[in-house]
Amino acid sequence: MTSVPATAVAIAAAVRAGEVSAREVLDAHLAVIDERETDVHAFNLVLADEARAATTEVDRRVAAGEDPGPLAGVPVALKDNLCTRGIPTTCSSRILDGWRPPYDATVVSRVVAAGGIVVGKTNLDEFAMGSSTENSAFGPTRNPRDLDRVPGGSSGGSAAAVAAGFAPLSLGSDTGGSIRQPAALCGVVGVKPTYGLVSRYGLMAFASSLDQIGPFSTTVADSALLLEAIGGHDPRDSTSIAEPLAALTSVLDRGVAGLRVGLVSELMGEGIAPDVLARVHAAAAALAAAGAEIGEVSVPAASYGLSAYYLIAPAEASSNLARYDGVRFGLRVDAPTTAEMNEATRTAGFGDEVKRRIMLGTYALSAGYYDAYYGQALKVRTLIVRDFAAAYERFDLLLAPTSPTTAFRFGAKTADPLSMYLNDVCTIPSNLAGHPAMSVPFGPGADGLPVGVQLLAPALGEATMFRAAAVVEAAAPALTEVAR
Amino acid sequence: MSERLTRDGVAHVARLARLSLTEAELDTYTEQLGAVLDFAADVAALDLADVAPTSHPIELANVLRPDVVGPCLDRAEVLAEAPSVEDDRFRVPAILGEER
Repeated sequence: MTSVPATAVAIAAAVRAGEVSAREVLDAHLAVIDERETDVHAFNLVLADEARAATTEVDRRVAAGEDPGPLAGVPVALKDNLCTRGIPTTCSSRILDGWRPPYDATVVSRVVAAGGIVVGKTNLDEFAMGSSTENSAFGPTRNPRDLDRVPGGSSGGSAAAVAAGFAPLSLGSDTGGSIRQPAALCGVVGVKPTYGLVSRYGLMAFASSLDQIGPFSTTVADSALLLEAIGGHDPRDSTSIAEPLAALTSVLDRGVAGLRVGLVSELMGEGIAPDVLARVHAAAAALAAAGAEIGEVSVPAASYGLSAYYLIAPAEASSNLARYDGVRFGLRVDAPTTAEMNEATRTAGFGDEVKRRIMLGTYALSAGYYDAYYGQALKVRTLIVRDFAAAYERFDLLLAPTSPTTAFRFGAKTADPLSMYLNDVCTIPSNLAGHPAMSVPFGPGADGLPVGVQLLAPALGEATMFRAAAVVEAAAPALTEVAR
Repeated sequence: MSERLTRDGVAHVARLARLSLTEAELDTYTEQLGAVLDFAADVAALDLADVAPTSHPIELANVLRPDVVGPCLDRAEVLAEAPSVEDDRFRVPAILGEER
């Protein structure tokens, strides 16, 4: 059998050139899934038959001399909060168990139009609320690098799928770090694009002013390839940015000479594990060696980001999740009246963390508390935007940890929700500002587990961010091979 | 600064959110939600009288399209996923006389 290349860039090139068939690529990945998925549980659903049918069409086009597109024959795993027409989409919640959406998310249509092969729907914390996938109604995903540890979350299934070799690419969503944190914990690349760069049409809403879809991959170039395929204006999302997408794959080799990179003081101290800090400093040294100027910068309001986020995101969620009422889709628990049916359905259908956030948000928005909590949080958001703007007057990019620690053990933080929320301290500020940020693996921490370093950029600064990411990647020490 | 969230307060919020809680859940959520709100006290205590709120990271404007009929979701496909349907519509239990 022809050998299948490891990266999406190489797979697409080989499929387009007719050197390997999309079917061979898929079969090689399905074999890895067969071997390890029982241990990892990255997927809620593997779409082997649908994927095989899709490869037949890609291979037919190549044989006919047509170009299937930039993702030709590349397997792509989708977080199970992205709508797929006629295919169950659950948000890892009982309340949507078995529901089949009547339409595809825009990102799904774009992956397919680019020749990508959808291989399955990945596990997540219910409704993307969590940092470990332990909140999934269908059981947790395990970290492929250490099965006793969490993969991070909420897009833990998408991160694990790429780390385990089930697919070279996957999509997740990031509301407070849900792409970057699991990418860091699983040792893969994860990108949260500028708010509005990628259409949210067909992404089940958690917190609409914060949610953004983005890629996971093993290489920086592969994430650039996928982001180019899914990004750009969509009339179906009223918050979609109208400007054309900047080129990413063609600028990756431009280096960082002369770029000013600031280490964020507020995220480089208390609460961050020493081995994680050491890796971030090492990444800064690597950027300096490549010609970047490194400095320190204060983003004072970042210290209030976590508090503001855990008022704003639940407030928006309490409103967005009002639609799960047993009337139009998903679970219904019968009762004599509609009001009783609504309550019985939501009580049976939602898990503990989702209930916790709905109540927190309902409280933050309720009469008498709105100004003290939600109103204050929105003002802090203004301060964060201002402080970032000041930092970007002096620096082109910022550098920080992605996650305060490496992957933790199952159950370590489930009893104390606040301790789980603290995982998001480094990632939340970018969501509140709507800015892009990405996590790049930068070698192992003290325990041998992956550490991710986070690059942050101003709005629409993806091209510069990816250039720096490529430099960081090139200097990164190898992680240990995926445990077998 | 507001007073601490009480057990009755949690019960009230659960009612507003159409969730029913057991007695044990009420205790747990009162403690957990209180801890998160205590943590958020730093934000609640800031003097931000002169700061304008930001509800959204990018400037929002109405997005309009020409007023012409275009393709929309297939009715049969949508209704096929509903828990209960009658005469091409979503069916629900009694909505009148439900006040308690």
